[in-house]
Amino acid sequence: MFGKILIANRGEIACRIIKTARRLGVATVAVYSDADRDARHVEMADEAVHIGPAPAAQSYLRIENILEACRKTGAEAVHPGYGFLSERAAFAEALAADNIAFIGPNVGAIAAMGDKIESKRFARAAGVSTVPGNLDIIKDGADAARIAAEIGFPVMIKASAGGGGKGMRIARSASEVEEGFARAKSEAKSSFGDDRIFIEKFIENPRHVEIQIIGDKHGHVIHLGERECSIQRRNQKVIEEAPSPLLDAATRELMGAQAVALAKAVSYDSAGTVEFVAGQDRSFYFLEMNTRLQVEHPVTELITGLDLVELMIRVAAGEPLALEQEDVRLSGWAVESRVYAEDPTRGFLPSIGRLTTYRPPAEGKFGELTIRNDTGVVEGGEIAIHYDPMIAKLVTHAPTRSEAIHGHSAALDAFAIDGIRHNIPFLSSLMSHPRWREGRLSTGFIAEEYPEGFSNPAPTGAIALRLAAIAGAIDYQLNQRKRQISGQMPVAKAVTFERRRHVVVGAEDFAFEIDETPKGLDLAFEDGRLVSIIPMWKPGEPVWRGVVDGERIAAQVRPILNGVLLAHGGFFAEARIYTQREAELVRLMPEKRTADSGKHLLCPMPGLIREVLVSEGQAVKAGEALAIVEAMKMENILRAERDATIGRVYAAAGQSLAVDAVIMDFAA
Amino acid sequence: MRHVIEELERRRDEALAGGGARRVGAQHAKGKLTARERVELLLDKGSFEEFDMYVEHRCADFGMEKQKIPGDGVVTGWGTINGRAIFVFSKDFTVFGGSLSEAHAAKIIKIQDMALRTRAPIIGLFDAGGARIQEGVAALGGYAEIFRRNVEASGVIPQISVIMGPCAGGDVYSPAMTDFIVMVRDTSYMFVTGPEVVKTVTNESVTAEELGGARIHTTKSSIADIAFDNDVEALLQLRRLIDFLPANNTGGAPHWPSFDDVDRVEPSLDTLVPDNANKPYDIKELIEKTVDERDFFEIQGAFAGNIVTGFGRIDGRTVGFVANQPMVLAGVLDSDASRKAARFVRFCDCFDIPIVTFVDVPGFLPGVAQEYGGLIKHGAKLLFAYSQCTTPLITVITRKAFGGAYDVMASKHIGADVNYAWPSAQIAVMGAKGAVEIIFRQDMADKDKIAALTKSYEDRFLSPFVAAERGYIDEVIKPRETRLRIARALAMLRGKTAEKPWRKHDNIPL
Repeated sequence: MFGKILIANRGEIACRIIKTARRLGVATVAVYSDADRDARHVEMADEAVHIGPAPAAQSYLRIENILEACRKTGAEAVHPGYGFLSERAAFAEALAADNIAFIGPNVGAIAAMGDKIESKRFARAAGVSTVPGNLDIIKDGADAARIAAEIGFPVMIKASAGGGGKGMRIARSASEVEEGFARAKSEAKSSFGDDRIFIEKFIENPRHVEIQIIGDKHGHVIHLGERECSIQRRNQKVIEEAPSPLLDAATRELMGAQAVALAKAVSYDSAGTVEFVAGQDRSFYFLEMNTRLQVEHPVTELITGLDLVELMIRVAAGEPLALEQEDVRLSGWAVESRVYAEDPTRGFLPSIGRLTTYRPPAEGKFGELTIRNDTGVVEGGEIAIHYDPMIAKLVTHAPTRSEAIHGHSAALDAFAIDGIRHNIPFLSSLMSHPRWREGRLSTGFIAEEYPEGFSNPAPTGAIALRLAAIAGAIDYQLNQRKRQISGQMPVAKAVTFERRRHVVVGAEDFAFEIDETPKGLDLAFEDGRLVSIIPMWKPGEPVWRGVVDGERIAAQVRPILNGVLLAHGGFFAEARIYTQREAELVRLMPEKRTADSGKHLLCPMPGLIREVLVSEGQAVKAGEALAIVEAMKMENILRAERDATIGRVYAAAGQSLAVDAVIMDFAA
Repeated sequence: MRHVIEELERRRDEALAGGGARRVGAQHAKGKLTARERVELLLDKGSFEEFDMYVEHRCADFGMEKQKIPGDGVVTGWGTINGRAIFVFSKDFTVFGGSLSEAHAAKIIKIQDMALRTRAPIIGLFDAGGARIQEGVAALGGYAEIFRRNVEASGVIPQISVIMGPCAGGDVYSPAMTDFIVMVRDTSYMFVTGPEVVKTVTNESVTAEELGGARIHTTKSSIADIAFDNDVEALLQLRRLIDFLPANNTGGAPHWPSFDDVDRVEPSLDTLVPDNANKPYDIKELIEKTVDERDFFEIQGAFAGNIVTGFGRIDGRTVGFVANQPMVLAGVLDSDASRKAARFVRFCDCFDIPIVTFVDVPGFLPGVAQEYGGLIKHGAKLLFAYSQCTTPLITVITRKAFGGAYDVMASKHIGADVNYAWPSAQIAVMGAKGAVEIIFRQDMADKDKIAALTKSYEDRFLSPFVAAERGYIDEVIKPRETRLRIARALAMLRGKTAEKPWRKHDNIPL
């Protein structure tokens, strides 16, 4: 076993690896860029080495700097995490040359599987079912269009070196192929330094199912079951689960066997993932193999009870894998959601800034429910523009899928983040989506179910009533305290605080009478419904907790003028609380006009203008691309929301813009 | 007896009808509440006791003797806000357009006198057309009587004005002499002379909203302290403001039980100040994490954003906060920021509200416009205001405290009681680059030497320790403990007594 390992990564995965290493009694070395000086992984590690400026290309991707850090600290092995150098054969080779162990597969396996085109050849040879496609490198847009036509539309354009959705595009026509090819190529270049692109058949309504495998240096390979990661947005996984609601035992066995066969064919000797695209009929085709630890590995850990990082470290140290296939038991259901620093209401554009509040739900085992939160940040930390915008991975495990989902929803309700925009409202909305709950998934799920994007939905029915009741309970607590202010006139004790209140949420007005009971509060609503609440919340806390009609729940609560903003179960409510008379008079107040933002194209995020695609006076159609903004290494195409004529263009390529900076305006 | 009670009820009903259903409807159609509806929302339910509802004007000119409406355009009386006594007058636009007559003025004067006599706050709700022209000089006399009482009461009881409709001419000066002016967006405006006169005299064309709307007065003129979207929002927030304010200058700030722990530590504050000294951060995060329950009532939030002022509570007691805001103009002190903070500091001191000052100030803003605009005098107002404080003063330097601005921002030397600094504090005459360029002017050609000198200046002076070694800083504290340290200091200072020599009054540089 190693005495000291270096983690060539940052964020949650670095923290995750340090945790296991510490448990195993292995000393840890963190590396950090300028932007990560105060990061959590630096704090957690036994030692930390500075490896360069903020941009990854000058720090986390610099092989020489990592090697230098190893030499300086005497680290015997390097865990690369995911992303960055994790699948670079050159990195593994350089480490080997320096006699440092690589906690990952052998160089040959990385080289064979790391290249998406090469890996397909191997897969075919190993008897793994593969998708029809072209495995040759494509020269240019015209070439791409020709090949796509041969395979038949729709096709998928992919970066050979890509992963995690970056540099991937679907094209349904020759012109889309040409546009997509150019974009994919330039994105691949900037993200991976490798602009090779290939094309394959795109399977309609597909699901993403992957098999986790683990092998040792002694030729032993087993699989740890599957994960389904069909809930994706623009090919970026959002929610993962294990097992897959699609698979039956026979398919699982078949898929597992093929994955193991492929791994054996390349003498695979670490943790790896064989990704398949699956049809609704449980047909499946090899997609690619990831020769690293996956982001979503925790769901496998929770259903198998294994620690994948531990297994990786052990096999890298040469220990034989102490597990046979039949030792692997899948128990219960695990669900993971990725909490991103992005604004779901503004097309999921990345958001950066300081985490003024970061209060994840408590981790641990609560009855049969397990909550785990893998994170790389702390309150007061900074989400920088240089790296992946993932803040945390929230994972729940329970005996059944529906219990795991229910627990997940509740955990999301208790997850408080301020200072940046984040996707928790969207994740909450997904968790309560009937189609997700039924397990009727496909990788098109988000595009199909949220065709207009995501906007904070207003609550209705039982949820609206529940939120109104919470607002009422909050107001009651505050009013009780107001009664205790100093300096009251003696006769003022006669002043009655009104029990009858109104909670106004949007157009809905909930009237109720509130009463204290021995246990908590009873709210008798005008329509006859009764809600009992036991508040377990103190004003000032961002998460409201309490028991509502016997159920322990959490809700996000933020003060607004004369009310509270509540979020719960994916719903948002600006609740204003009034007395009877206030409620009567507020109805007389005119609605305020909101400013018209439709006349400008605003920069939706802080970023760099890559290209302005239109010129002044040009007529554009709805959906036409207007400009490309690069942020967080993603190229975002800003499109016209409606038919318009371009007025003035204020920004030029190469310019760095702040959020809401005016890029151009439209002629009236 | 019954018939006299019936007569009372009849006369009350007549008075309560104000200008009648048609005018009340017109008032509502404008998105405004009536004078009595406003009072109803402002005060605790059922607590309002109206005075002088039968008062009528005594004007006999221009046919006025034929038009009499009980109340005469203003509703006056007293009630409670969360059980605390408050005097209130509310102009009734439905009665003679709320215009001020001699009798109308007498009603206001009566409750002004009572408020002062009983040492309770007074709130004026304005929605009126100015002086009643028909009454001429009698109305002007009434105004002046009101003004003089505003001045008498200033610094003795809090006086608040809420502009909820037109407020022009003579009507504007009473609010101008009160402690806070609140406005309602889109339905209120205030100016000395209206758009028509402006057009005639200066040939400028402006709308009432452009000339004196809430936006102008909260962002440009700084006449108004805060604005709200509508009457209801404004009145409910006024109740919230009153909960922060003492009843008078001897009673001390109000308190209530806090839900928040006094010793709550905030580890995230350790990373609030960025490593890069040129990077801004939001000082409001510090304020919100310091006060009870994150409840901060900002005053003049839309004006001179480079300094933040407002009320919060610590351990349930009201505290005034003054803080340089690095997010706006790097937190520099300019004329506007100095005036804004000076007025706030003086309000707090009048009513013995302790002041917590968070300092991150690179100095005073250089420039022709600033100097011509009287920066010296405006800066002096803040210096003067802090220096004359007898209320407890606690200062926390978070980062820069450079030059004269260090002195001004509640330094030890001008009378602050407890001065803390974060380890990131830089207390010096100026930044390293500027200092080295002046001290070692003759060595400017030698780049290496200058770099070394800059480094040694930074190490020596850009820290809290030079000041701490001299006792100008009482203690260097961990950012995460800021709330706890301030709470302890406030508790210790509760018995503070400071005597000033007798004088008629001071002569603050106006």
